Amino acid sequence: MSISRRTLLAAGSALAAGGALTACGSNTGRDEGSSGGGGGASGGPGLAQWYHQYGEAGTEQAVRRYAAAYKKTKVTVQWRPGNYDQQTAAALLTADGPDVFEVNGPTLDQIQGGQVVDLTDLFEGVKDDFNPAVLAPKTYDGKIWSVPQVIDMQLLFYRKSLLKAANVEPPTTLDELVDAARKLTDKKTKGLFLGNDGGVGSLGGTPLYAAGLSLVTEDGKVGFDDPAAARALGKLRQLYADKSLLLGAPTDWADPSAFVQGLTAMQWSGLWALPAVQKALGDDFGVLPFPKDGGSGKPSVPVGAYGAAVNARSKQQAAAKDYIKWLWIEQAEFQTDFALSYGFHIPARISLAKKADKLKQGAAADAVKYATENAYAQPLLWTPASATAYQDALSRIVKDGANPDTELKKVVRKANEELQRVKKKTS
Amino acid sequence: MSQAPDEAPRRGLRERLLGTQNRTLWFWVFVGPFAIGLGLFTYVPLLWSLYLSFFDAHNTVSPTDFVGLDNYTAMLGDESFTSSLGTFALFTAFIVPATYALSLALALMVNRLRFAQAFFRSVFFLPAACSYVVAALIWKMSIFNGVRFGLANTVLGWFGADQTAWLSTTSPPWYWLVIVTVRLWLQAGFYMILFLAGLQRISPTLYEAAAVDGARPGWQVFRNITFPLLRATSVAVVLLLVINAFQAFDEFYNLLSDSRGYPPYARPPLVYLYYTALGQGQNLGMGSAGAIILALIIAVVTIFQARFFGLGRKED
Repeated sequence: MSISRRTLLAAGSALAAGGALTACGSNTGRDEGSSGGGGGASGGPGLAQWYHQYGEAGTEQAVRRYAAAYKKTKVTVQWRPGNYDQQTAAALLTADGPDVFEVNGPTLDQIQGGQVVDLTDLFEGVKDDFNPAVLAPKTYDGKIWSVPQVIDMQLLFYRKSLLKAANVEPPTTLDELVDAARKLTDKKTKGLFLGNDGGVGSLGGTPLYAAGLSLVTEDGKVGFDDPAAARALGKLRQLYADKSLLLGAPTDWADPSAFVQGLTAMQWSGLWALPAVQKALGDDFGVLPFPKDGGSGKPSVPVGAYGAAVNARSKQQAAAKDYIKWLWIEQAEFQTDFALSYGFHIPARISLAKKADKLKQGAAADAVKYATENAYAQPLLWTPASATAYQDALSRIVKDGANPDTELKKVVRKANEELQRVKKKTS
Repeated sequence: MSQAPDEAPRRGLRERLLGTQNRTLWFWVFVGPFAIGLGLFTYVPLLWSLYLSFFDAHNTVSPTDFVGLDNYTAMLGDESFTSSLGTFALFTAFIVPATYALSLALALMVNRLRFAQAFFRSVFFLPAACSYVVAALIWKMSIFNGVRFGLANTVLGWFGADQTAWLSTTSPPWYWLVIVTVRLWLQAGFYMILFLAGLQRISPTLYEAAAVDGARPGWQVFRNITFPLLRATSVAVVLLLVINAFQAFDEFYNLLSDSRGYPPYARPPLVYLYYTALGQGQNLGMGSAGAIILALIIAVVTIFQARFFGLGRKED
């Protein structure tokens, strides 16, 4: 009896495991034929659209209003707080993902993995009206994979009165920035805030571009295998070693609070912070690009754009593309409203950016000038693995005083491997 | 016609399926849901992860590009991964004895109290009810923030010290102070309760006998009576502490990560794997290989520990 019970048990558990396996298979497998993925958004009628959580009040209501104004299909907007990149990455693996989603990319792996739909035909006749710097990283193999919604940029805010009191001119070179930050630092106020990690995350490749280099060159090679790179990054170490940097503030670099509250005289932040700074400080501030370094250097500002993309697993790709075309290409009024009424962004369309009144004067006008003259966008071939290696190295250079040359050599090696990997996939 | 011959084996099958007095049926009614859940959410993902670790699985869970052991060699050759193992070993080597000593000390003190014992027991235990995430955020934003009005900096400011950026300073590595204190605060109370239970099981007659034999109260009694008799509790506590240290993720992630990633210091393996597999990279193959390596290390350590401490051995 006991033996037969045991065999029964074994058979039962094998059965359960088998059932579990098949259940799992139908959920995660790539078989598009079955609709067994649970009543997900992509299965039902209407389109599901995802946005990451914007900090500015009113943005959520605005995107819901746009979606409601679309008459051809019902669009359900999901506003997703939290780690948006992780959420979308996971959702794209399943049949329950969104049809249309906002993405700070898509990444090269997402494009090569066939997770997003080619949107090139939406750009017919309007391609030249999009800012080329932000369209470049959305383009791979001559095809465009997402429609830029608005341009975000980062730049350096400085407090005019504090600079004047310390007798410091707005810095135009990296060396001047190091000096200025040191002079502006006293017991209560630090000279410069680049983020609580010392600028490692927020600056990224910006110092390299300011030194006249790049992360990845146009022909797909590592762009910073050059002594100038180590020199520029060494100066960031100088900032840290001088104790001129504000570290460990309650809010990070993306939030202007530290600057507004007078914890720092200069802060690296984003264009989105401009309205808050203006409200708090009036005219007592100015904006600058990241200053150039060395003879072949040039000032630089990083730009980026969240783009609207279509999930390749969506069952309504045509409807999703129609909707994106309607919202982000045809509805100029909504695009301007989205860019300027809540946060503060530059419209991705050059024609709209030129028309916007808010961008014609003061610091905003300066920012638009930098965005057109000094902008660089993180190249598509700069993969997350390369970025992690670079950030780790930068952190060790800045905080531990590691030798920039040897650290960068390791990054160059890793980035070369990654470039090889992605090229292999293409061929 | 053919019903009769069918009936017999069917009844036999039925009986075999249901067991005497439906015992098998009830076994499955009670155990089944749990077994299915365990299989579906633990064993299937585990085996799937093992499967993924042999593939180049970027952004997919059904990969086609078999790479053999490449992911393993890449992971073992990855300096960030090996250094994360180092970080983790360092963390365990510190947090396990520290929590052990602190909670034992608390238990001994609370145990000696003649009044308000329940009050102090609750006070020390309460932090265990707090979430790691919440505690980490309080530590990061109000106690150990880097500006002059942070609690730690305010206190140090009274003595004229400069403000310290606790989580951003790597020399000296102040961030360890933050990480270790938050975990001590959260954990010590719980293990204190375990030790208290152990202490209360020790028979008072032993202490009386020791006193008669001339043992001095204090260190001598603790060394020769209390500590040896706490052996079973100690083994359990150390085991739980090591397992908890293996799982370290919450406070590290919430203290040190920001929107752009995680610094290269104080990065335990789970955090590193989280970024490798689930971050923007979505390198599930590499992440799985790392997870398997980590699981093997944990298995070896646990077996070694069980042998060393004689886990489950009968007390005399």
